[in-house]
Amino acid sequence: MSLAIEQILNGLQFGVMIFLLAAGLTLVFGIMGVINLAHGSLYMLGAFVAASAAGRGAPFVLAVLAGAGAAALAGVVMELVVIRRLYRREHLDQVLATFALILIANDGVAIAWGKTPVRMDVPGALTGAVTFAGLTYPTYRLLLIAAGLAVAAGLYVLISRTRLGMLIRAGATHRETVAALGVDIAKLNTIVFALGALLAGVAGALLAPILAVQVGMGEQILILTFVAIVVGGLGSIRGAFIGALLVGLVDTLGRAYIPVLLKPVAAPALADSLGGGLSAIAIYVLMAIVLVWKPRGLFPVGSR
Amino acid sequence: MTLALLIALPPLAAVLDQPFWVNTVTRILILALAAVSLDLIVGYGGLVSFGHAAYFAVGGYTIAVLAQHGIDAALIAWPAAVVAAAVLAAIVGTLSLRTTGIFFIMITLAFAQMVFFTLVAVKAWGGNDGLPLDARSVLPLVNLRDPNALYFVCLGLLLAFVALAAQLVESRFGMVLRGARSSERRMLALGFPTFRYKLVAFVVAGAGAGLAGALWAEYARFVSTDMASWTRSGEFLVMVILGGLGSLVGAIYGAAVLLGLESFLAGFTEHWMLLLGAILLVVVLFAKRGLYGWLAGANDG
Repeated sequence: MSLAIEQILNGLQFGVMIFLLAAGLTLVFGIMGVINLAHGSLYMLGAFVAASAAGRGAPFVLAVLAGAGAAALAGVVMELVVIRRLYRREHLDQVLATFALILIANDGVAIAWGKTPVRMDVPGALTGAVTFAGLTYPTYRLLLIAAGLAVAAGLYVLISRTRLGMLIRAGATHRETVAALGVDIAKLNTIVFALGALLAGVAGALLAPILAVQVGMGEQILILTFVAIVVGGLGSIRGAFIGALLVGLVDTLGRAYIPVLLKPVAAPALADSLGGGLSAIAIYVLMAIVLVWKPRGLFPVGSR
Repeated sequence: MTLALLIALPPLAAVLDQPFWVNTVTRILILALAAVSLDLIVGYGGLVSFGHAAYFAVGGYTIAVLAQHGIDAALIAWPAAVVAAAVLAAIVGTLSLRTTGIFFIMITLAFAQMVFFTLVAVKAWGGNDGLPLDARSVLPLVNLRDPNALYFVCLGLLLAFVALAAQLVESRFGMVLRGARSSERRMLALGFPTFRYKLVAFVVAGAGAGLAGALWAEYARFVSTDMASWTRSGEFLVMVILGGLGSLVGAIYGAAVLLGLESFLAGFTEHWMLLLGAILLVVVLFAKRGLYGWLAGANDG
């Protein structure tokens, strides 16, 4: 039982981190209609900057802020130089241009930090584990869950309660009207893109102590993020949240339980091989099922 | 002109004592076949598949797995590879073509990821280490061990596929496909079952990529999960775009330019990906019709 709770917590932790990336990606798509494959590169940048700041003795909070800030700054540059030219282009052009950005970002990071993984330590105060209800769980992972949920709540307030959020919502569904009312859409776009980049940088910085910080880390999580927002329904923050949690839980629980469930029904070697394969593709199966059942995702937005 | 050059290449390479030219161009021809097959659905059907590497990989693995079980007759293995890829494309197409736009891009990517992780998981096929082939398949009358022979077989199959695809897009079938691309609703209203047309195109494209994968397995005498990676799918799309959408032949130039650029840039800097990315970005942002469109446009003017 405690193993199940531990796996669910792991899935939740993975899910909220995916949400940090998914929120930005889905906003950018919802408002600007742009598919940004290079979103994972911003996450990678956040992780590298945080890790190297921490490596030079910066306190943990400062390192995370540095990572987030660097990602936001890179996001602003990316929006002004490239993304801005892609608004009215076909999806295919967007996919290719941002694919090119990945190549540039990966090589750029390799030039700056080299190709060997960079390490970042879990901050001293958070290295321990918490024991509750007969279960021992690492403090740092609990913090990740809390931080992810806090950001989700903050984002909800921002989108539904503030003037900026109102403009973001209006911009997603009635772009021309918002522009006609005198809102500087170009500036709004840059702000939204920077916000998404900031969240991606936060995710990268927070995950840096428990992952290998290396070139290519962005692509691994990017695809999971896309699965999350497509399952949830593109452009919807709520959809991204539910999609991200689904992806995190299905992936984690699948890896933990599918091989176990196969044990009694298949030969050991087959169970191993089949179990590994099935658990790795579980989220893609989830996505295929959702899309075949609801071609626009669970919570479709508007008519874009 | 290009064709004459391609036919003259092996003797030319022999005379100039540059045998690796034949290998390099063989590689280009094989990847060009996959790119042309992708152009068939992206360029004419507007179906942006982000999972074309899956069919390429299935074609390659079919060859390698059959060879593992002692079947090395090309006349059995190659058709088997094409059929395997076509069957996969039929399944993926049936499920994916219900969606459009970004959802189509993502669901094709998802299916390709399933193929990728399945290949990683199957230990009998080498998992992450890939699967080497002891020898190339045996084709009657042709010795595939001779690089020149393999070269001409690849060239012949590429030309045959281009001819088939060109026939297809110029036919009534192709008109319906293009019609569905510009307005699906109009074609439906005219009474065309567009889904079936798109599915057939998707399957033909998958089969073409499967054949390319089979040839790749023969060429490299090695298959690995890399063949199914999503960056490989991205590369195929890049080739199509570089060459110019919806021109079939353009995709061949796209493949040549991409591979040429890669080896050229890799020749003088370790960080060639950065330059390649920058060039690609400029092409996408500023040269919308691709190389072929640009060249054709220049000729017209």
